Amino acid sequence: MVALVIAEHDNASLKGSTLHTVTAAAQCGGDVHVLVAGSNAGAAAAAAAQIAGVSKVIVADAAYFADGLAENIAEQVLALAGSYSHILAPATAYGKNILPRVAAKLDVAQISEITKVDSPDTFERPIYAGNAIAYVQSSDKIKVITVRSTGFDAAAATGGSAATETVAAVADNGKSAFVGRELAKSDRPELTAAKIIVSGGRGMGSGEAFKILEPLADKLNAAMGASRAAVDAGYVPNDWQVGQTGKIVAPTLYIAVGISGAIQHLAGMKDSKTIVAINKDPEAPIFSVADYGIVGDLFDIVPQLVAELG
Amino acid sequence: MKVLVPVKRVVDYNVKVRVKSDGTGVDIANVKMSMNPFDEIALEEAMRLKEAGKVTEVVAVSCGVTQCQETLRTGMAIGADRGILVETAVELEPLAVAKLLKALADKEQPQLIILGKQAIDDDSNQTGQMLAALLGWPQATFASKVVLEDGKVTVTREVDGGLETLALTLPAIVTTDLRLNEPRYVTLPNIMKAKKKPLDVTKPEDLGVDVTPRLKNLKVVEPAKRSAGIKVPDVATLVAKLRTEAKVI
Repeated sequence: MVALVIAEHDNASLKGSTLHTVTAAAQCGGDVHVLVAGSNAGAAAAAAAQIAGVSKVIVADAAYFADGLAENIAEQVLALAGSYSHILAPATAYGKNILPRVAAKLDVAQISEITKVDSPDTFERPIYAGNAIAYVQSSDKIKVITVRSTGFDAAAATGGSAATETVAAVADNGKSAFVGRELAKSDRPELTAAKIIVSGGRGMGSGEAFKILEPLADKLNAAMGASRAAVDAGYVPNDWQVGQTGKIVAPTLYIAVGISGAIQHLAGMKDSKTIVAINKDPEAPIFSVADYGIVGDLFDIVPQLVAELG
Repeated sequence: MKVLVPVKRVVDYNVKVRVKSDGTGVDIANVKMSMNPFDEIALEEAMRLKEAGKVTEVVAVSCGVTQCQETLRTGMAIGADRGILVETAVELEPLAVAKLLKALADKEQPQLIILGKQAIDDDSNQTGQMLAALLGWPQATFASKVVLEDGKVTVTREVDGGLETLALTLPAIVTTDLRLNEPRYVTLPNIMKAKKKPLDVTKPEDLGVDVTPRLKNLKVVEPAKRSAGIKVPDVATLVAKLRTEAKVI
């Protein structure tokens, strides 16, 4: 049994989600290979070879792999698929985009967003916004799986010394073209990788009000997130959304400010180690999952918290 | 140009589902069912393209039990010109749905298929991408903006950390994210009109598709409950607890 992990990377470096996926792959019971399909992605491939527990890195390099177009990357995975018992990718926008194409062409079911490997053919995955956990068994010859990062520890980024093999790149599909990318520039940690997250909800009342959270995030070196209500109201960018259909996070500390706690939001953050809720409504559902709650006006409490942290 | 919009009947967004005590699944008897919210957004987008004169026909498709006809009627009340139900009592996995939709696409020859990015029941996020692969079409998932012109579709996608724009040749697959549009309210006159629109019913066998499930659901359980903690009286207590009790700062 050998598992293939589709690395998520930006050619220069690996994304953290790749490390969590390697851990899940190792739990499937065999060797772990990593595919780095990119353009001039030598640095990403070198990083993959360093991951503890990886025995081989496969590199496919072509200009048309630069932007991770699903059509091309999926085709490259399919060219290699026959040698593997498991094919895994992170359950991020990147992996979710690519992997179902692979499963469909292999004529196998995909098992999405697993949070646990029970055995090489049985996996746990949340359904209904995390309100139920399904134990799913696959009898397909190749198991195609996306991995929820919060369910698995990150594999050590160093300590490995995998062999690197270069394979021929598949032909360009040519039916989709990359036009451009607008990534938010931020000095803060990435939401899904942050140890601490400060999140705001509808209770913030305006986009301007989110500024009150910045000193708190600065002090804690935290990422900033939001509930769907705050994103829908246009207070903050879409990619800040934590929840069932946004980002799934599990930081050490999650501070929910002015968030009532709809089930769809809780689905995205209830695996956080410690949850703090600040809300003026003592009946808000967020208090039912919070370790520590403070009832009061966030515009009084947040500055006090910043001061208290010193 | 014809657009196909698949719509799924799911447990309503506001229902808090309960796991059945025998562990066989969640209890969906007597709970409110609705159209998957992402599919509503897909249908709304198709209607806007039609109203802008870029699309001539919008066909809503559903796969599943007889009651999916209600979901299709809702789709036609939103504005779809007609509906197709692929009726089966088998619990359909995304791969099976993708195969059924491929068979329908081969018949109907749409230039664009707009789907919701995921259904809020099984949270799979697979069908659109699988359908694209089976048809050999390009895809743009998680769309927040769709521009259809000059024989191609340009789509802005929500990706981790921001936005990305792709241009696809037609025919193509688009899957919708939450912020693509705000679906319209269904009005009573449109509900009445929808009752008269054509709704065809077919079966997986008629389409030559084997929909047998590939995965075995061993059991479904409640997630580990997180117990409520305490309310602290002031910020000083909170910071002290975070430092000494939780040890997270």
